[in-house]
Amino acid sequence: MAILEILKLPDERLKQVSEPVESFGQDLRDFIADLEETRQAGPAAVGIAAPQVGRFQRIVILDVSTRPKTPNNGYLVLINPEIVHWEGYAMGREGCLSVPDYTGNVIRATQIRLKAHDAEGGLHEYAMEGFEARAAQHEIDHLDGLLFVDRVVSRRTDLYRRKVYKS
Amino acid sequence: MSEWNLLTLVGADRPGIVSRVTRVICELGCNLGEASMIRLGGNFTIMMMVSGEQPDEALLAALAPVAEEMDLRIHLDPSHGGLHHHLVPNYQVRVVGADRAGIVADVTEILASRGFNILELESDVAGELDRPVYIMSIQGYCGDTLESLDAALAPLRERDVSVDVSPVDVLIG
Repeated sequence: MAILEILKLPDERLKQVSEPVESFGQDLRDFIADLEETRQAGPAAVGIAAPQVGRFQRIVILDVSTRPKTPNNGYLVLINPEIVHWEGYAMGREGCLSVPDYTGNVIRATQIRLKAHDAEGGLHEYAMEGFEARAAQHEIDHLDGLLFVDRVVSRRTDLYRRKVYKS
Repeated sequence: MSEWNLLTLVGADRPGIVSRVTRVICELGCNLGEASMIRLGGNFTIMMMVSGEQPDEALLAALAPVAEEMDLRIHLDPSHGGLHHHLVPNYQVRVVGADRAGIVADVTEILASRGFNILELESDVAGELDRPVYIMSIQGYCGDTLESLDAALAPLRERDVSVDVSPVDVLIG
């Protein structure tokens, strides 16, 4: 087990597109253990993606289960994840282990379904909403070389849920 | 000469203000830090942190020709840089109401009484010319619970002002 070094903006390697995982062996499971230890060592991250530690494979860890009142699928290892359905959109504030001292507003789908393999190679489909769906989209972006700063919208663009105005 | 200056420029909006001003600053060898630039009521307003490599007089002298040509008013305040210390908001307050005197003071007095630190406030006047609507969005930090903040603002709702408080959930991933 080891805490791995996190790549930080403007490291060009964060823009690299990661390759699919093809072998589900012990090496993969060892790496996932290190990746999880790295996530836990940082500032309360709900997810981490392999390219953030310089391994350019499609591996994501997601865990929003420790947050109060947040629908979730528990601790998830998502290998070669693929979002197969999107619905709705909302703006929310995001930060990133790879982008210290900056948070910004990003529009994400509010409900998604995604397919992914687990560390043993088994294929699963997950339904996600809200915060967990946002976290999954944020992490999968890393696999495609995208950071949330590539998607930040103006703070003035108010796409939060609106109330009907009674005149 | 301080480490950073807060430079304020205001003038009638027209294309090219930002590029002209920032080119001058760049050629002086000064860096830009955080900045807010926005059109307000037909003016273009710039407030930005400029690093203090040059004496204030040199910065103002270099900007004078652009200011003259583009009719900009300039103000320079010495400032601590304070960069890399972003405060993260935990609440968003949205206010919508028929435009009337005191709406901002009414809302922000309540927030201040709860120790709410406003990090960002934006407001607009929308609606028809003869029936203006005031829309305000505030982001800030407050140690209070959502329920008590919401209860504190509740009296405003009886006065036909729509006030909505919601948590700002920052996702770190």
